[in-house]
This record gives sequence, structure tokens and C-alpha cells, in this order.
Amino acid sequence: MSAKLERLETAVRAALAPEAIGELAHHNGELTVVIDAKHYLEAMRTLRDDAALRFEQLVDLSGIDYSGYANGAVKKPQRYAAVAHLLSLAHNWRLRVRVYAPDDAFPVVPSVVDLWPSANWFEREAFDMFGIAFDGHPDLRRLLTDYGFVGHPLRKDFPVSGYMEMRYDEETARVCYQPVTIAPRENAPRIVREATYGEGGHV
Amino acid sequence: MSELEIRPAETRNHTISFGPQHPAAHGVLRLILELDGEVVQRADPHVGLLHRGTEKLAETRTWVQSVPYMDRLDYVSMMVNEHAYCLAVERLLGIEVPLRAQYIRVMYDEITRIRNHLMNIGSHALDIGAMTLILYAFREREDLMDMYEAVSGARMHAAYYRPGGVYRDLPDAMPKYRESRFKNAAEVERLNSVRGSLLDFIEDFTERFPKYCDEYETLLSDNRIWKQRTVGIGVVSPEEALARGFTGVMLRGSGVEWDLRKKQPYAVYDRVQFDVPVGTAGDCYDRYLCRVEEMRQSNRIIRQCVEWLRKNPGPVIVDDHKVAPPKRVEMKSNMEALIHHFKLFSEGIHVPEGEVYAAVEHPKGEFAVYAVSDGANKPWRLKMRAPGYVHLSAMDAMARGHMLQDVVAIIGTMDVVFGEIDR
Repeated sequence: MSAKLERLETAVRAALAPEAIGELAHHNGELTVVIDAKHYLEAMRTLRDDAALRFEQLVDLSGIDYSGYANGAVKKPQRYAAVAHLLSLAHNWRLRVRVYAPDDAFPVVPSVVDLWPSANWFEREAFDMFGIAFDGHPDLRRLLTDYGFVGHPLRKDFPVSGYMEMRYDEETARVCYQPVTIAPRENAPRIVREATYGEGGHV
Repeated sequence: MSELEIRPAETRNHTISFGPQHPAAHGVLRLILELDGEVVQRADPHVGLLHRGTEKLAETRTWVQSVPYMDRLDYVSMMVNEHAYCLAVERLLGIEVPLRAQYIRVMYDEITRIRNHLMNIGSHALDIGAMTLILYAFREREDLMDMYEAVSGARMHAAYYRPGGVYRDLPDAMPKYRESRFKNAAEVERLNSVRGSLLDFIEDFTERFPKYCDEYETLLSDNRIWKQRTVGIGVVSPEEALARGFTGVMLRGSGVEWDLRKKQPYAVYDRVQFDVPVGTAGDCYDRYLCRVEEMRQSNRIIRQCVEWLRKNPGPVIVDDHKVAPPKRVEMKSNMEALIHHFKLFSEGIHVPEGEVYAAVEHPKGEFAVYAVSDGANKPWRLKMRAPGYVHLSAMDAMARGHMLQDVVAIIGTMDVVFGEIDR
């Protein structure tokens, strides 16, 4: 681990309340902090305003669905999480913040629009794609999907082909919706191999 | 008396739908504008008309199969998208790319940057009334597309960068023109004289290009109408630019010196010399000036790369057959190579569990790929952070209080491309 990443880790530990930090880990030269949903908003404010951290920019925020992750071999605390990437121009470092939505049936996490206006569309997209509601968001409408779309397409239980399709109907001379007529197919199956696969030794 | 009472005329705000068929909407932007007279009160962009579900599709494809999807995100700067994706996969795998491949990538990133900026300046000028420039810009883009075609066979959607390097080395010969009823012998002779190896062709372009930049500036930089339409329009303060997540030219135009190529160098950007132009006023005109200067700087980087690539032959993709396919010659004689090839293109790369955020300095800003792998041959989640998406989300803040015609100037300066915004 580089000295810079160590400095960042120390600064994050010093700035955030110990009960807020669920997990603090580095991997591939990046630091990830998991924050409890109860302390999320307060912790994000600290990350932005603390002089030792100064994350002026929220460059990315996305939802993620962990159901069936690694075929169940790795347990995640909850099904849905929102992952934010923060960037500090002053210190030139990045931080990944993950917050798990406490309730799988109705995932809600606090909104950070008031802290960084750039979160606006990111949260709308995460709501659209995963159905994660952002508490405190001023305008939580769907963004990328069609007007009147039903469902959250990036959830793992949503089929790639979707449920409805659109076509032009010659008889009524207008566009109409109908249930999908194509069957989903998988050309290359999804496989999780053991870590030592292909290293030789087993003839 | 009451019959003569003077009452002010009743005014009502007007809501219009700008696009998706409007030529200045750069594709499929539907903008709901609330107007008081000609002054914008509220702008609500409706995006998603080009949504293809790239992120969902990528979850059902192997890691290698997703490379061509990256071209189709920002279809004006294809190879830079691929670069971010390949960096993400390489960091997860923990592999080091051969130096020659890194130089080729940097060279093509900069070729792409010129392509992107030419398209942006050309179409921006066209949108606000200067017809000529786009014709000039497309003249140069033709040469740049030829460079794409020479390495990948495709003029736009290259799929040239692969995890572990690039698909193949630079060709020794460029395709030549032949005499036809459109081109006579003298014309063909002139065109073919610079079409030796690809590097000769690129070098010749870099010699010509600064003069072309002067031509663009002659047309626009002191043009009174251009200045009236861009100076003081869409002003963004540095604080606001940061808070709204602006990156790239949109941030530098406001006077914040931030370029990932300098601050968080990837590939070989720490080995080439270039300067980063920064604006002062944060308006559309400053951003235009930044873009022109960036093209000149890109030209400088390309020249350095050409020089290095001439002197240093070597491999362009890693020799690890779990990541990159073996040579075709090997496959004809070596059973193991054949198995590797089959496994690589059927089952694909197995990427260790983990997550990575790989950002590159895209011509439009910070383009990044957030990849999560659970150890399978397919990504668990692939999120593309598109710069245009963030910039467009600030449309309301930037357009409010401006006249309707300035909305067109603001769309142009944001450099929006719907392939990356809608994904």
C-alpha cells in the first residue's frame, strides 16, 4: 500500500465516528469505506468538509444488487447498496463509499443531493435501475427508462429481454406495447471457478 | 370609472418541447423548457431515448465481449472509452501492459481527442450559425478516420484496445487510392505520396495540423458573431463546477487546473510533454479556446509517440494466454495454444473477485468504468461514469435566465453525445 493511501486511511479513521465505519479496506490501490445507513449523511458531510479530507466532488454514484453474488459463496450484509466515488482535487485522492440499504424489500438510503448537486441524476438513475429510494431527494423521477416503464431493469431478477416490447401496429396505425416475443438465451454460461483453476498440478 | 381601469396584460409562462428532432439537440435530447417570453425559467432534460441497457448487457457477456459495447457509448471518441474499460479489467487482473501498447494507446487517445474536439467545435459553430467550420473539421476527421481504419479495419467502432494491450501492431502500409472518375492521376499521386507506413501518415498529419488549427481560429476566434453568441454565455463559477461534478474542459474552462493525464497519470502520460490549457471566465468562449489549444497539445503528444514508436519495436499485447489469445501461427501447430484460444473466446477471462474504478481523461471529461467482479467470467456489475451525463444534469442551472437561443450554445459547449448519456 502506498504512503498516500495510508495517509488517507488514517485521515478517514480520524474524521469519521468509529460507529459509522462498518468496514475500511483497500484493494487494487483504492480505499473503500462501508458506512452504516444511519450515519451515512453525517459521514458524507464530514468527508466533504473536513480539512484533512476535502472531497469536493462526488464523481459517481451507482446502485448495485448483490443477490446471488459469487453464487452465494460471499455473503453481503444486504441485497442493495449505493456506491459513491468521491474525489478530492486538493489532496488528489479518491474514496469509495458504500452504504447498504437496510431493508431488502424497500431499499431506502439518505440522499446526498444537498451536499453535492451532482448526485441528483446519479440517484435518479439508481432509483430507476434498482428501485433504491433516496430519502430527501427533491425530484426522484425515472430518468433513463421509457415513460410508464414498470420494474427496475438492473435488478438481478429482471430478465435481459425485459417484459414488454414495442412495435408499430399496421392495423391501428400506431405504436403499441405487447409482451416480449423473444426468449432470452445465454451464449456463454456464467461460471465462477476456484482460485487455483488452470494453474496446473491437477493432471 | 371602473370601466376605464388599466389592468396589466395577463402573461403566462410558455412550455415548449425542444427536441428530440431538433437539429441542435445533438441526437435525441428532449428538453422541456419553461419560457417567460424568450427567457428560460426552467429546463428539464428528458434523456434515455437512446438507452440500450449496456450495463445490463455487459453482465451477460464475457469480459472480452463487452469491448465493442464501449465504442458505442460515446460514439465520437471510441477508443478512449475502450481504454477506461481495458484499464479496469487489467487492474482487476493485476497485469502490466507492454510499453509499446501503452504508447499506441496514448497516441490513439490523442488522435481520438482531436476527432472529438473537431466534431464538437464544428457542430457547435454550425448550431449557432457558422456553417463553414464543420466542413473544415470533417476534412481533417477523414484523415483521422483513416488512421482508425488502418489499425482496426473500422472507421469508427474500432474495438482495437483489448484487455492486456492492443489487438495488433501498427501496419507497415496504408491502403492507397486508385484512379477513378472522381480522382485523376495527379490527385491520386498527391494523396498516395504520404501514405507510406501508418506512422508516416500520422507524422505527415501532425505537420499539417497546426496550420489547420490556425484556420479554425481565423474563422472563429475573432469572429464578432461567434463572440456575441459565446462570450458571457453559460458562465460557471469554479465552486459551482466542482459541486456539480464537472470534469474535463467544463471544469478547466472555469479556471480549475485539473487533468487526469497530469494529476493521476495512466498509460505513459507521465513520459510525454504537454501543457494543459485553463480558462478564466468559465463561459462558452473560454471552453472553445481550451478545446482548440487541447487539439494543439494532442498534436504534440502524437508527435512524441510517433517518434518513440519508430525506435522501439516490441510486443503489443501480454503474453499471458489466459488473457490474450495466442498467435495464429502457434495455434496451427500447438495443441495447448488451440485450447487456450478456444477457452478464451468461449468461456472468457476469469477476473478475480474485487472492484475497481478506472478513470481516464476523456475528451469530454472524466470517463470511468466502475467494474465489480465476483470471480466469474462475466462482470457482476459494470457502471460507466459518463462525463456528458453529469454535465447535462446541470442544464437547468446553466440555462436558467438565459435566452432561448443561448440554450443551443450551452448544449454545444457541453459536448453532449447521447450514446454515453443514455448508455
